[in-house]
Amino acid sequence: MATNDLSERPTKRLSAPATKRVLPGFGLSLGISLFFISLVLLLPISGLFIRAAGMGWEQFWFVITDPRVVASYKVTALAALAASLFNCVFGLLMAWVLVRYEFPGKRLLDAIMDLPFALPTAVAGITLATLFAENGWYGQYLADVGIEVAFTPLGIVVAMAFTSVPFVVRTVQPVLEEMAPEDEEAAMSLGASDMTVFRKILFPTLWPAVVTGGALSFARSLGEYGAVIFIAGNSPYISEVISLMIFVRLEEYDFPAASAIAAVVMTVSLLLLLAINVWQGRYLKRLHGG
Amino acid sequence: MSIEIQGINKFFDKFQALHDINLTIPDGQLTALLGPSGSGKTTLLRIIAGLETPEQGRIRFSGRDVTDLHVRDRRVGFVFQHYALFRHMTVAENVAFGLNVLPRKERPGKPEIRKRVKDLLEMVQLEHLADRYPAQLSGGQKQRIALARAMAMRPEILLLDEPFGALDAKVRKDLRRWLRSLHDELHFTSVFVTHDQEEALELSDQVVVMSNGRIEQVDTPLELYGRPDSRFVFEFLGQVNVLFGKIRDGVMSQGDAWIRLPEGCENDDAQLYLRPHEVRLTQSASDEAHLPFRIEAINLIGAEVRIELKPDGWECEELWEVGISHTEFNARQPQRGDRCFAVPDVGHLFCEHAVEPKTLEWR
Repeated sequence: MATNDLSERPTKRLSAPATKRVLPGFGLSLGISLFFISLVLLLPISGLFIRAAGMGWEQFWFVITDPRVVASYKVTALAALAASLFNCVFGLLMAWVLVRYEFPGKRLLDAIMDLPFALPTAVAGITLATLFAENGWYGQYLADVGIEVAFTPLGIVVAMAFTSVPFVVRTVQPVLEEMAPEDEEAAMSLGASDMTVFRKILFPTLWPAVVTGGALSFARSLGEYGAVIFIAGNSPYISEVISLMIFVRLEEYDFPAASAIAAVVMTVSLLLLLAINVWQGRYLKRLHGG
Repeated sequence: MSIEIQGINKFFDKFQALHDINLTIPDGQLTALLGPSGSGKTTLLRIIAGLETPEQGRIRFSGRDVTDLHVRDRRVGFVFQHYALFRHMTVAENVAFGLNVLPRKERPGKPEIRKRVKDLLEMVQLEHLADRYPAQLSGGQKQRIALARAMAMRPEILLLDEPFGALDAKVRKDLRRWLRSLHDELHFTSVFVTHDQEEALELSDQVVVMSNGRIEQVDTPLELYGRPDSRFVFEFLGQVNVLFGKIRDGVMSQGDAWIRLPEGCENDDAQLYLRPHEVRLTQSASDEAHLPFRIEAINLIGAEVRIELKPDGWECEELWEVGISHTEFNARQPQRGDRCFAVPDVGHLFCEHAVEPKTLEWR
């Protein structure tokens, strides 16, 4: 009987860990990731909201509806909208050129696309301000036709567009690459014109990527500081952006007010990204089945 | 509508994909372009469709020159290997696409389009899937929808690029039969590309065999299998057994193997090609042939028992294969490693110094 027991034991042990994962280290790696996300992302963000909450609702409302701050919301939102719309068009074109054509210097151009990300934003700001100043390379010609860019809201748009264009290029590029040319050929063999092919075949496939890229570009532009302040002119009610308002409040040692404004910007960005994610998830589900 | 192809040359950079192609595809027939990958068959199909432009040569549809006509104006139906269905449109929208993009003047009304789509989906027996998206369909269903979409414009020419290439064996067979019956019913001119000899021989009225950008032979499936023009066609169309040897005084030999040739053949280096069904297996050598083998493998699956043979005392590049009936197999019960002899009934002789192959008969 005793021998029988012994021989049974190993079989039991073998059948026990039925849910064992093939890839090791799930618990450890997820733990470390969550810990660092909490440390560098979630904790500071909560701190921001806690600080803003400390000032009481009425005070909070007063700070974030200050006319000068409201004017800066408008300037920032409109400039970011214009910049991201421009980027949607230009980024799509750029991605198209990079994916669809072969030409000398293509790899170099592809690398240069990331420059706005790699360049310190202050450097970008100073460069743009110099170029677009009234006596700058571009500025002098633009002045001839009566367009002022530097130190106006238009300058803000230029700076925002410059710093965030890679978002659109880099989100559209892989989708374009994955797209089979057969779809276009099939549409053409059915008699579709070039315009129809773009409208009915290419664009429906591309636009989720364009919208995502545009939204990322918009969210980034909302918070852009370094590149903008050099070229914006920063005159109250006309060309002040939100991030500058936060900085102004900080300089006045009014930390709660700065956090309050920051909390507004952050909530808007977060909601925007969340909305895009949910919407895109639904759209892609339809495309890929399920 | 017949298709005349005249002197087509096509280059991709420096690589010449097609060499001086001349071909006539008769009206109302099903023609196969058959060849290994890289033989230029798909390129030729795309040139007929207008998806590629040849550097030289003309394409005519029933005498009308269409060489410079854009693909959208050629009015041919094209079916792609990977279906190329529009993922963001439902099945019905996919099928209606061609009709919906017609210029307003020529476009039929909404109810008419709906009716045409319904008829087409009935034709491919998939009416119940009209509102699905392509991602929800199986491969065979996708290919049928792609066909319905191409047929929506009522083209007189239908071009299919490896239409069954991406499907599994069972579905492929069903679709093949279905396409054949559809073709017999509607009588459009169709050309399809395939690398599968069985598919080409089973489905088509005429087969165009291609290799390295050239046409090797154009013939009916029967002629092509029975009388191949070249070694390439012979080897490409089905299993073949080859004996390399020297002819001396009407006897071809190599090592222990020899075979007496029936008619007066010149002394030369030669290869004798034999189809598996043109060879019998015996226990002892005959007066005309001494081709000793050892049985290497026996495959029981199928209508015939296929026996793979390894030369005994002579050499060949690939193992020989002979088919015997199950009745014969059961009567004789050959085993792996048994020694046996092959006796040819019909053979095709390619001599080094002759252009045309010679068909020999021993009976």
